[in-house]
Amino acid sequence: MVMFWVSLLAISVLLYVLLDGVDLGVGLLFGLARGDARRGAMLSSVAPIWDGNETWLVVTAVILWGAFPIVYANLLSAFYLPLIAMLLGLILRGVAFEFRYKTQRLRWIWDLSFAGGSLIATFIQGLTVGALVEGLPFTNGQYSGGEVGWLTPFAVLCGIGLCLGYALLGACWLIRKCEGEVRDVARRQIPVLAVGVLAFLVIVFAYALAENLPILQRWIDRPYLFVFPAIGAISATVLALSILNHNDYLPFHMVALIFMSAFGTLALSFWPYMIPSVITVDQAAAPQSSLVFMFWGCGAIVFPLMLIYTLVSYSVFRGKVRPGGRYGH
Amino acid sequence: MDITALLLSRIQFAFTITFHIIFPSFTIGLAAWLTVLEALSFATGRPVYRGIFEFWLKIFGVAFGMGVVSGIVMAFQFGTNWSVLSRMSGPIQGPLLMYETFWAFMLEASFFGVLIFGRSRVPPWFYLFSTAMVALGTTFSAFFIMANNSWMQVPTGYVLENGVFAPNDWTKILFNSVVWSRFPHMLLAAYLTGAFCVAATGAWYMLRKIYHAEARIMLRMGLGLAAVLMPIQLFFGHLNGIYVNTYQPSKMAAIEGRWNDEQPGSEVLFAWPDVKNRRNLFAITLPSPFGSLIDSDSLTAKETGLNSIPPENWPPVVIPFFAFRLMVGCGLLMLGLAWFGSYLSYRHRLAYNRPLLWLTFLSFPLPFVAIITGWFTAEVGRQPWVVYGVLRTADAMTPFLTARQATISLVIFCAVYAFIFLFGTFYIYRLIRTGPARKQFGVPHLAVPNRPMSLADEELIEEPSHLVAGE
Ligand code: HDD
Ligand code: HEM
Ligand code: HEM
Repeated sequence: MVMFWVSLLAISVLLYVLLDGVDLGVGLLFGLARGDARRGAMLSSVAPIWDGNETWLVVTAVILWGAFPIVYANLLSAFYLPLIAMLLGLILRGVAFEFRYKTQRLRWIWDLSFAGGSLIATFIQGLTVGALVEGLPFTNGQYSGGEVGWLTPFAVLCGIGLCLGYALLGACWLIRKCEGEVRDVARRQIPVLAVGVLAFLVIVFAYALAENLPILQRWIDRPYLFVFPAIGAISATVLALSILNHNDYLPFHMVALIFMSAFGTLALSFWPYMIPSVITVDQAAAPQSSLVFMFWGCGAIVFPLMLIYTLVSYSVFRGKVRPGGRYGH
Repeated sequence: MDITALLLSRIQFAFTITFHIIFPSFTIGLAAWLTVLEALSFATGRPVYRGIFEFWLKIFGVAFGMGVVSGIVMAFQFGTNWSVLSRMSGPIQGPLLMYETFWAFMLEASFFGVLIFGRSRVPPWFYLFSTAMVALGTTFSAFFIMANNSWMQVPTGYVLENGVFAPNDWTKILFNSVVWSRFPHMLLAAYLTGAFCVAATGAWYMLRKIYHAEARIMLRMGLGLAAVLMPIQLFFGHLNGIYVNTYQPSKMAAIEGRWNDEQPGSEVLFAWPDVKNRRNLFAITLPSPFGSLIDSDSLTAKETGLNSIPPENWPPVVIPFFAFRLMVGCGLLMLGLAWFGSYLSYRHRLAYNRPLLWLTFLSFPLPFVAIITGWFTAEVGRQPWVVYGVLRTADAMTPFLTARQATISLVIFCAVYAFIFLFGTFYIYRLIRTGPARKQFGVPHLAVPNRPMSLADEELIEEPSHLVAGE
């Protein structure tokens, strides 16, 4: 039962990162784009999906609370200020989507909220992961880092890294979904972003070596973990080739693969801990009676239905977005 | 532990959930009403029902969107501010919240898509079915939230082991008399909200002499529904009172402004509770045994007063006392309005009675006020406990939360909410002012199932002149 809920948690987090990463990334690039036509096209490429994507964050939160309450309680309270900022960023971004079309004169406010909200949310997600990897200060199973115990150079670096990563994901989505200028600009951005992400990974690795982070130890113990970086490297190569060949479809899948391998790497190097070196999966799990209750009412049938629903809505929205709002095939 | 961080967290929770509840209470009622309209249109085939349906569907979309946006915050606040509570009660509250999220996601998201795109693509009966499923989804949401909160009011079906509340009987948690009097009370409150908003809109059009046919239907259905539901609501309100009296004597004593034990009890109608001196000023009181009759359905029952409860277990007396009276007052006003209005409308005289039309138009805040004050009664009256009798609010807070952090978050919540609330309400107002234009509206640009608010896009884009005037 515990394994079942860990898997559901992992699927939800991964889906959230991949799906919402796309529209947060587009939001970041949106901040750089000029001209209403271009901005409009960028928005259209994510408008039908962003809300559903964000739901996976809520799903992640409730799985954490129901199945691993200790982790939910510890992490959410430790990251108090950044989390609140992230939520408000997501709110601003969400209402901006809706309100921007309802006004001409005040459109700049919503454009700013959209780009700014995406930036805040992305940066904080990266920061959180960074702080977790580095290890939060805990004493006796309770967070003891104070108001800004999560604020370290490494965490900030990860925040910036995730901005680059999501932007890359967003750019690949744009060349897949759009045409004309938007696509051409995105195609020019990809090499820059990809190099940025690569540089980020190298720095992280160097930093980890220098600091001898606990995670690194686990890598030495479990050499099979290197499968994931290998997949990542192959995907990166294919990504480079597909950009050179002006392929519109492959880059997105390759970046998604890179993200998946990064996720797999992280997840397995955490294992069996949920909060590294503090709380293990088994310690965190809720009583059996809770897990079983959730299994029958939510996990066994409703969760698969939610996955199917996500698949269906993406397949309805396949193909390029045409100007004027009609979706092509 | 910092007392001000605690106070700020309480204010923050109250503020964000009060903001949130405004939208669900509107949409739960509206979803049910949309189902009725669609059923009527299905049965009679009259186009006017269709027109009203499409009009309210757009408003539903905007309100629903705001509800989702503000609800996401709620799912995180348990962990950020109340980490001890969420660690201890996670095994019970977590699964209940999961049921809400999962079921609502499945029913609402999938079938809302049909409501937007489906009119021409699915058979009419399936369209009706989808409307009903959206309504069912909001009802499920309400049920699991009420079960969740009821467990905090009257915890059952658990054992305390290793410092956590481990559930040992889910049927007790889901099917107890507390849930089944509070859930109907909330559901009816939401239906009444829908009914009064619809009736007020009808009255407004009537006063402005536009959309006469639609306005008549809205008025009659809104007031008629309220006339039927209001007495049932009073009945469930009474059941709520019985549960409070049985399980939460401290809350009941505060609600009733009762200081001494009385047998049988009297009933304070109105007063100013003077907490310091433990007495009521300016009291208007019904003699005994009215208090016992109302609180315990008995002529002789003993009613507990605050003096026999240790002061450290008292809730803040003044807030539940007045909040409760406000709720009941709003309820009685709504009852009067609904009955008198329905009578006039039955005699076909409502359309000419301008004072009553004005009253109906101005009545739309009443259900919202009743809902918010009702929740304040329930939640403030539960203090100082977060899980009644078992866990104190002060012990439930994140132990290392500082007043500075809590201030920062509260201030930015207020700022951002005020900002989006202003815009959201303004867009709803603009939609309602424009009214049900008698044309079939197409699927708006970029409208999609996952974006309820997008339904409102089309018309607003076409009307830039309003925009400039309004902003
Ligand atoms: C499932 C749980 C739940 C639900 C459905 C609600 N609340 Fe609540 N409420 C809490 C769980 C809670 C809480 C987490 O337990 C708080 C925070 C501090 C506390 O004592 O209880 C709380 C506090 C709290 C307070 C502050 C009381 C005080 O500290 O004196 C107010 C005014 C409200 N709530 C109002 C509401 C409103 C308007 C709701 C309408 C939806 C509502 N609550 C639903
Ligand atoms: C503390 C309590 C509450 C929490 C934690 C909470 C949480 C949430 C969340 C996370 C959402 C968004 C779900 C989504 O993404 O689709 C939501 C929406 C909603 N909530 Fe609440 N809520 C609370 C109180 C209430 C109450 C008291 C009611 C009604 C009785 C209610 C009814 C709804 C409805 C109808 C929606 C919109 C539909 C939906 O579920 O998506 N909520 N709530
Ligand atoms: C005059 C008749 C009414 C009585 C006797 C009554 C009684 C009560 C009582 C005793 C509570 C507190 C329950 C608790 O502490 O858990 C309550 C809560 C509440 N009431 Fe009422 N009520 C009445 C009318 C209304 C009306 C007209 C509305 C709204 C339209 C309403 C909405 C609510 C809500 C939303 C709550 C909080 C949820 C809950 O605790 O169930 N009430 N009511």
